[in-house]
Amino acid sequence: MTSRIDRRFAATAAEGRPALVTFLMAGDPDPETSLGIVKALPAAGADLIELGMPFSDPMADGPAIQVAGQRALRAGQTMKKTLALVRAFREEDGETPIILMGYYNPIYSWGNEAFLDDARAAGVDGLIIVDLPPEADDELCIPAMERGINFIRLAAPTTDDRRLPTVLANTSGFVYYVSILGVTGSAAPDTAKVAEAVTRIKRHTILPVAVGFGVRTAEQAAAIGRTADGVVVGSALVNAVRDSLDASGGATERTIPAVTALVADLAAGVRAARAEAAE
Amino acid sequence: MTALPNTMRGGPDDRGFFGLYGGRFVAETLMPLILELETAYEAAKADPDYRAELDNLNTHYAGRPSPLYFAERLTAELGGAKIYFKRDELNHTGSHKINNCLGQILLARRMGKTRIIAETGAGQHGVATATVAARFGLPCVVYMGKTDVERQKPNVFRMKLLGAEIVPVTAGAGTLKDAMNEALRDWVTNVEDTYYLIGTAAGPHPYPAMVRDFQSVIGAEAREQMMAMEGRLPDALVACIGGGSNAIGLFHPFLDDKDVAIYGVEAGGHGLDVENGHASSMSGGRPGVLHGNRTYLLQDDDGQILEGHSISAGLDYPGVGPEHSWLRDTGRVTYVPATDKEALDAFEMLTRLEGIIPALEPAHALAYVTKLAPTMDKDQIILMNLCGRGDKDVFTVATALGMDI
Repeated sequence: MTSRIDRRFAATAAEGRPALVTFLMAGDPDPETSLGIVKALPAAGADLIELGMPFSDPMADGPAIQVAGQRALRAGQTMKKTLALVRAFREEDGETPIILMGYYNPIYSWGNEAFLDDARAAGVDGLIIVDLPPEADDELCIPAMERGINFIRLAAPTTDDRRLPTVLANTSGFVYYVSILGVTGSAAPDTAKVAEAVTRIKRHTILPVAVGFGVRTAEQAAAIGRTADGVVVGSALVNAVRDSLDASGGATERTIPAVTALVADLAAGVRAARAEAAE
Repeated sequence: MTALPNTMRGGPDDRGFFGLYGGRFVAETLMPLILELETAYEAAKADPDYRAELDNLNTHYAGRPSPLYFAERLTAELGGAKIYFKRDELNHTGSHKINNCLGQILLARRMGKTRIIAETGAGQHGVATATVAARFGLPCVVYMGKTDVERQKPNVFRMKLLGAEIVPVTAGAGTLKDAMNEALRDWVTNVEDTYYLIGTAAGPHPYPAMVRDFQSVIGAEAREQMMAMEGRLPDALVACIGGGSNAIGLFHPFLDDKDVAIYGVEAGGHGLDVENGHASSMSGGRPGVLHGNRTYLLQDDDGQILEGHSISAGLDYPGVGPEHSWLRDTGRVTYVPATDKEALDAFEMLTRLEGIIPALEPAHALAYVTKLAPTMDKDQIILMNLCGRGDKDVFTVATALGMDI
């Protein structure tokens, strides 16, 4: 059975371009505005949507996403509200894949099996759980697969050819290549090295490979999209949310347009990726 | 209660679990290095040269073995069991932390790492790490919560003198857990050349087992010393628990001695009934996953980690080493809280009766000893780990007692 994620990557590949994967924090800056942002993403050019599940201790995230999570938690975001957000989005959009990304403890606290059932019912297509390596596949990855939820694995520059098969074994949907050594939103990735790594990963899998951590601009998205099947942008988008807020941290009428404008720009970038190469 | 294995000293399993607890819950970037660390540690343990170098440093640099001391006046005051202290506060740098730091820095050198990072709460582990980094000529960065930087000034200054760079962490409440998050972020960024020298028996496998092994020198020595002085094992062991490294070091060599009762004392802060007002993860928390391992955690209903509170910066951590979580569930060790107030009273009592100024961390253990000893017979023996000295805490205690210094 193909998933929404499989179908979406097949569609963008058929168009001869990489997919744009957008990350935003669920509940940032408040539940209502967050839903407004997510609903506006597909029309602005997002192909897949990653939603961060806010966590008090985001060990793999840089300052931008750390602060986005704190804004969401301060505004009262909970796992229940995050699933409600997905459900509300799904009522209007049956095709754009939604992937929840975050850390294991809020899921473990909910109860793994109950969480997977509730996430599936809400319309979640995939999970990226930063602190669940393949050594812990029996915890959540395999139960997720059994329910038809894709478990998307991160591969890092430190994941060598010897380890890649372990990382890829139970991965589905796509592979998320972490383009740098570091936390989200830090140094800009070296495009040549990323291309080399994507080619290396593709020798081990037929799954699409998306690249993220440190991609901010349409130009970077275009450059990385020459070899990658997808480009993930997160910190730049949550910073667009931050920059649109009023002095007390509340949403303004600029908040949703600020995000959609950047998404549209990035969407143009991924559409130009192979067009330029073909010229 | 889980069925007990033949030995309580056999953990963890080959995946790093003590029953449900422990494991390796880390980002993929770190996984290859964690696996390499495990291999390197196994090789080092089997290498007589490594062992000899560590023994030599323990003896001539750290000052081991630390004495076992019979606290005669305290025993008379409490009127019950005989009280002995394992004097790990007399070690070089003033706490048990040096035991672990020496073991790990030798391992870092074997692995060819050229930069050391660490997290610290009270600053005891930071000072011990800065010390061994100076001793081996390696650059050292210590992450410390901003709140802790302010309440542990003497240790901050010591680390600076030793040449370490101190990075104050402002995220969260600016305490130990936030420092650990930031150290993990540094590690993921500098994974090629950097060794993360974790200070407590927590974190991803193999850290909990490795730190325990290095700290077990405490219990192994105490066992021999007790046999020499009393001709028998103690009836009860008592140690304080933050992450739990001094406690597991004392407890582990005694886990299979069924007649030895074992008590771990957590920070009760303002009391367990005060929401987010204590740091007793086992008495007031539930299992979860943080900082690379599954263990008891202070958390809210949605799985968000709470900050916790303790007067002691070294116990102010929302988790605990995974082996303690397992020892709790199996019932082998009894974990109890001691409040800020009880610890302060014990601090003053020990200072006046024995002329020893303890750190606020072992003052929590002592608070429980003052309750336990009077319930025991005079021919029974309590062995408590006096794991740190109190010089660093004099400002905190002065404030708590309303004194101006």
